[in-house]
Amino acid sequence: MLVQYTTLALVFLLAMFLGVELIRKVPSQLHTPLMSGSNAISGICIIGAMALAPLTEDNLFALFLSTAAVAFATINVVGGYVVTDRMLGMFQTKKGESK
Amino acid sequence: MNYVASVLFLFSAAAFIVGLRMLRAPATARKGNLVSAAGMAAAMLGTLLMTIHAGDFNSKAALVVLGGIAAGTAIGIPAARLVKMTAMPEMVALFNGFGGIASLLIGWSQTQEAVAHGATLAEVEADLVRLTGGQANVVTFATFLAVLIGGVTFTGSVVAWGKLSERMTSKPVLYPGQNVVNGLTVLLSLALGIWFTIQPDQIWLLYILIPLSFILGVAVVIPIGGGDMPVVISLLNSYSGLAACAAGLAINNALLIIIGALVGASGLILTRIMCVAMNRSLGNVLFSGFGAVSTSGGAAASGEKKEARILSPQDAYFVLEAAQSVIFVPGYGMAVAQAQHAVKQLADLLVKNGCDVKHVIHPVAGRMPGHMNVLLAEANVEYDQLAVPEDVNATMESVDVAIVIGANDVVNPAALTDKSSPIYGMPIIEVHRARAVFTLKRSLASGYAGIDNPLFYLPNNSMVLGDAKKTIEALISEFKSED
Repeated sequence: MLVQYTTLALVFLLAMFLGVELIRKVPSQLHTPLMSGSNAISGICIIGAMALAPLTEDNLFALFLSTAAVAFATINVVGGYVVTDRMLGMFQTKKGESK
Repeated sequence: MNYVASVLFLFSAAAFIVGLRMLRAPATARKGNLVSAAGMAAAMLGTLLMTIHAGDFNSKAALVVLGGIAAGTAIGIPAARLVKMTAMPEMVALFNGFGGIASLLIGWSQTQEAVAHGATLAEVEADLVRLTGGQANVVTFATFLAVLIGGVTFTGSVVAWGKLSERMTSKPVLYPGQNVVNGLTVLLSLALGIWFTIQPDQIWLLYILIPLSFILGVAVVIPIGGGDMPVVISLLNSYSGLAACAAGLAINNALLIIIGALVGASGLILTRIMCVAMNRSLGNVLFSGFGAVSTSGGAAASGEKKEARILSPQDAYFVLEAAQSVIFVPGYGMAVAQAQHAVKQLADLLVKNGCDVKHVIHPVAGRMPGHMNVLLAEANVEYDQLAVPEDVNATMESVDVAIVIGANDVVNPAALTDKSSPIYGMPIIEVHRARAVFTLKRSLASGYAGIDNPLFYLPNNSMVLGDAKKTIEALISEFKSED
């Protein structure tokens, strides 16, 4: 058990460092899409809800909570990606025209 | 574990990382977003396969998972399609809040199920192990974190949304002893959380923790003024990532932890960039109630006899017509007036007239990081017309006209000279050194942050009052009538 959590902590640490390195080089003009994009990514908690829901068998209320979790996370994911795509589409058209 | 699912999870983690990396250049950014979305799809598919493989995926689960996805998609897609570019900050804030509440619900649901499963502490803990495959007390501690951070993210984001969309006052809401009350709320949450970690069968602790986290989210965001929203949104973005991390620890899922950490780091860096751009510490942004204190002081000092010069669009046109070098300084007012397309049109006419045009974007202009870039991109402004404050400041004396569109604090010279000013030390766009400044403003009232701006009373500044879009359109028609 201890080994397992040490590994998870290590994974967390490395991912934080990787995140810092990845994001630091994003230019300021792309900060809004970066934000809405990473926002969509934070909807990854949807897989937590998806993994949990099938194991929920004793309690209807818990099942309802899982459903709500899936729904909210989906709004976060789908909405976030669509909005980001819309914004980046504008950045791209402009690129095409200027060349 | 299912091999196909494992491969999908690996692919997913790689796709998120590559996708974020592709966000470094505008040319690859859109593809990067799609790569990241593919990573998300793979993660979801892998999870689905995993539960099916384990034999857990019954009709009830299908209803929950597919029903939830269908409902979320039905709401998310229209909301994302229909939102106006100018309303983007509040939309991002709201989506962010939904991510937070999802993390909270995961923790809550899991505890509810475990408590329904058995009456004694040992039985509850045994069921938590069944649900997560982790160690009971680590799971409950992570659940507490997911609930706390998720709840704070949720209500904090909703308050940010309210402030950004002007559904509530954007001024800081302050009361005496606020920081003490907030501090005590945090301590109480921690105490209850530790108790819950040890005794997860006491689910009433969670029933107190959830409202407490909601209250805390509201309490930490209301004292922050509208002008500081870029920092707050970045920070809340980071929290939603950390909440996902906590949820990942709660259900023992490495992918959630990796991705949550990526988002957490991304939000933290943006927060730092925003703070540096304002020359303020994060603590100062969060706790100082910035903007509320300054209103009285600034207004009293300025109320005396300083007068701003008012210019009509017609007179402004004559100056612009002869100008060789013009800079636009957009701020939140441009978003409010939806003036970005008119700005682009005017810039084109100026270029045709042989004038050098630059749009100078301050890192904290607008209500979220990069806000102005998105609006100008929507209006198809060329990249080479965009400039950063440092470059333009170096040659400000050679600028004939600086047109300030609904920006205020980012051009306030008090930041350079007035030690008593709350924004003293913030790097600004030094338009006061340009040959002429046109400030487009709705009225002479002080700006969003409530700080008086000495720029307005300088001899080289003229105010062009009225709706920014109408003013610029008036300038455009002057140019057109001349041709």
